[in-house]
Amino acid sequence: MVLEFERVEKSFSDSEGNVPVLRGISFALEAGQTLALTGESGSGKSTVLHIASGLEAADAGAVRISGQDITQMDDSARAALRRGDIALVFQQFNLIPSLTVAANISFQAALAGKVDQAHIDDLVAALGLTDQMKKYPEALSGGQQQRVAIARALAARPKLMLADEPTGNLDEATAEDVLEQMLKLVAQTGAALMMVTHSPAIAARMDRQLHLRGGHLT
Amino acid sequence: MTRTCLLALLSHWRRNPLQLFAFLAGLALATALWSGVQAINSEARASYDAAASTLGEGQFDQIVPKQGSSIQQDQFVNLRRSGWLVSPMLDARLGDVRLVGLDPVTSPSGLGAAQTLQSAPDLLAEGAEGLFANAETAALIDPSVRVTIDQGVAPGVAVGDIGVVQRLLARDDLSRLILLPEQPLRQPNLAEIAPELRIQRAQQGADVGQLTDSFHLNLTAFGLLSFAVGLFIVHSTIGLAFEQRRAMIRTLRSLGVPLRSLIILITAEMLTLAMIGAGLGIVLGYLIAAVLLPDVAATVRGLYGARISGTLELRAEWWLSGLLLAFLGTAAALASRIWQIARMPLLASVRPRAWVMATERRFRFQTLGAVALLSLSAVLALVGHGLLAGFALLGCLLIGAALALPALAERALTFLQRRTTTPIWSWFWADTRQQLPGLSLALMALLLAVSANIGVSTMVSSFRLTFVGFLDQRLAPELFLQVDTGEQGRALEDLLSVREIELLPLKSTPAQVAGRTVELYGVRVGPTYRNDWAFLDADPDAWDRVAAGEATVLNEQLARRAGFWVGDRIEVTPDLTLPIVGVVGDYGNPQGQVILSEGLFSDLYPSIYASRFGIRTEDPHQLRQEIVDKTGIPANAIIDQAAVKALSLSIFEQTFVVTSALNVLTLGVAGFAILMSLLTLADLRVPQLAPVWALGLTRRRLGWLELLRAVVLAGLVFLCALPLGLALAWVLLTIINVEAFGWRLPMYLFPVDYMLLGLYALVAALLAASWPALRLMRTPPSALLKVFANER
Repeated sequence: MVLEFERVEKSFSDSEGNVPVLRGISFALEAGQTLALTGESGSGKSTVLHIASGLEAADAGAVRISGQDITQMDDSARAALRRGDIALVFQQFNLIPSLTVAANISFQAALAGKVDQAHIDDLVAALGLTDQMKKYPEALSGGQQQRVAIARALAARPKLMLADEPTGNLDEATAEDVLEQMLKLVAQTGAALMMVTHSPAIAARMDRQLHLRGGHLT
Repeated sequence: MTRTCLLALLSHWRRNPLQLFAFLAGLALATALWSGVQAINSEARASYDAAASTLGEGQFDQIVPKQGSSIQQDQFVNLRRSGWLVSPMLDARLGDVRLVGLDPVTSPSGLGAAQTLQSAPDLLAEGAEGLFANAETAALIDPSVRVTIDQGVAPGVAVGDIGVVQRLLARDDLSRLILLPEQPLRQPNLAEIAPELRIQRAQQGADVGQLTDSFHLNLTAFGLLSFAVGLFIVHSTIGLAFEQRRAMIRTLRSLGVPLRSLIILITAEMLTLAMIGAGLGIVLGYLIAAVLLPDVAATVRGLYGARISGTLELRAEWWLSGLLLAFLGTAAALASRIWQIARMPLLASVRPRAWVMATERRFRFQTLGAVALLSLSAVLALVGHGLLAGFALLGCLLIGAALALPALAERALTFLQRRTTTPIWSWFWADTRQQLPGLSLALMALLLAVSANIGVSTMVSSFRLTFVGFLDQRLAPELFLQVDTGEQGRALEDLLSVREIELLPLKSTPAQVAGRTVELYGVRVGPTYRNDWAFLDADPDAWDRVAAGEATVLNEQLARRAGFWVGDRIEVTPDLTLPIVGVVGDYGNPQGQVILSEGLFSDLYPSIYASRFGIRTEDPHQLRQEIVDKTGIPANAIIDQAAVKALSLSIFEQTFVVTSALNVLTLGVAGFAILMSLLTLADLRVPQLAPVWALGLTRRRLGWLELLRAVVLAGLVFLCALPLGLALAWVLLTIINVEAFGWRLPMYLFPVDYMLLGLYALVAALLAASWPALRLMRTPPSALLKVFANER
């Protein structure tokens, strides 16, 4: 299994006290599998994604990436796992504005110390970014920026790709185009994909769908 | 990973060179002013130390003549024969150089000059006309004299064997005798062997280092103020750099850079840049110090008679202190940002939050801090004592007021917004309020600079007015004259008594009064003293009682330092205690003075004759000639009132040249802070201005409104700076000056000067805003449209 959640609990504090968001959820994701996580706003979808990436800690339960329980790891170990095995794609692209497109794409691979230029070139060509490499993110459209983020995510050949509404900021046609390319490339690299989405249409294109409601998966 | 991460962090500076420039320049300016001032201070202290060590001043007890500056050779021989262990010294000027001759064999071992001589015995053994001096002084000595360069010799001084110096000066007498620390248990009384001589204890000598401490402390305070203003720039730039990189930092974390590594890398990056900025600042500081050093040297020579080397050395103490302060300043600004990174919620929105959006909490904290500091300054003003308490009061007052500024400006702008009915002006005031947090550090820097200017210029101008008035009363005699012998004085008295011209003889001797070394004066109380001398406080019949030998008058510095005032009694000698009937102002003089009647003084010191005279006459030119012709007193011993006044005023003006220069530099740094803040904020302004542009305001009009905004904010700052500057002046005049120099000056107001300064501040803000405004006017519509294109 690439990703396993076992009775994971998480709650947040607010002015009204402790609000449970995840009430002991469990699921697993195999290599090459795609999973859509849906649910209403505030249902805890993004929290699942953040816990899976080690950006946020679970209150209870176990979260395993390739068999390693990340709840037992310190910040450095979780960061190392994120560099090498996990890729994140956000709705807001999160590119580094002071680096060129080329530098942005190879950035995570360079951090992980596994730059494969041929693989990067393939990704760039597949995503239609060849002419944009010397530009800075500010000069790109939203769709182009998200393609750069996808290329960056896949450049390091992650085992697990986590995407949080990756097309939420794009128009319909661009969103469809970006999604198509992302799914194709994920399939090519053999990574597992968990995507948080509001869109039933996008969810329908995944291998599996999980719906989060009241802190439980259905 | 480290390299990749570091490259990403550094790419920010590559893409934002202006921010990098602001950061480096801010730190460089701050360090430059601080290290420049410290360079001057350390050069001066090294010179004082060299002088004390070379000449034994303040180090050894000495035997000096009661009057004049000459000891005959046979007096020295008599003392040696009677068991007094003394070493001869001849100290006189030859051109621009102070020649010091001593005996290397009998000189005490701690005397630097003796060691210099003992280190090169060959030179002297050969009987050569050899002197030792530093390179700068050596250049002033006649090339026919053999000079060995020794940088350890005090500036302006050349030392040599006493025989050599006597030959060079064509003299056979001595100036003083150094008393060796070890003396025989039994020796005859000095008064029996040499009644014309007296012992001057080491601590009675003029300790130049002590005298000039206040002057250098003032310089240091100014340096620190400039540094604080510079640090505002650094703080502001670091804050902006972090805010703009907030998204990048989150991305780096989400891509797998551990928090620890990120903190280490950012800290290393910032501190390395800080060191580069500080290094540039030290070079700049060296240049500033090199430019200002001659003025400072002239000031301390005029005020205290101390000589400072004109050559600036790269001493570790000042450049290391500059480096350290820059390092600590950056670290302080960095610490809060690192704390933010450590606590930054990684998953919160990464949309760049405008850093200018200050929270109410921050304002509340700032205002609370301001109230606390201003309260502390009030407490210090009421109960604090000493120079350090004075400077602490100044610090609390300035920082407290600076912290209060954003809240005050916010209130003023809210008031203006409420009074506005048109939509554009309503938007203008609201938008100005929104800019306040982002500009607040620069505005605080401007507040400090302008108020320091108002405060210091009020002090200097008040001092100038008081000093000119003081000179008019003190320099009432039309001629001043100095005699070498008692006979010359008597001849002068005989000549003028026949003509019924008022003569003001001045007898003086150093003495110990109230545990302090003071100058004791014997004066002839006449119409001039009664009419022209203004007391700070006095009994109505003060001069009558002084003339009768029943009372004394003190100068202000002695009265304040020793805690005496009119009505108290003071022990003038062990057998004589007199009531104090008056205290006089005595500006520009570091020493305490006790004034007695001429008769009483003569009773106490019968062998001392008057060596200085003031003469009242309606025709000074003719009288001067007559004195020269009839008494044999040389013409160059007589100086007229105008020359003395001109000399005194030139020394006064020189004293504040450095202060004025630092004033201008501080204002310049504050102007730079505004420019940098506006430029660095310019990019953040585009999303704020684009909607207004889209609604129909032209780019040109927006540019003009930006200029107006800068002027309005500078105007608000000036309104706050005015009372703060006057409070600063009050503290300087009534607390700092009294503690540092011993005199309290009346405070005068100079409204025209303040208006001009306000105008300069507005012009500085206008100039600083003009570049960003021009950039805005020229922003292509496509750049403004991008704001909408990206907002989806």
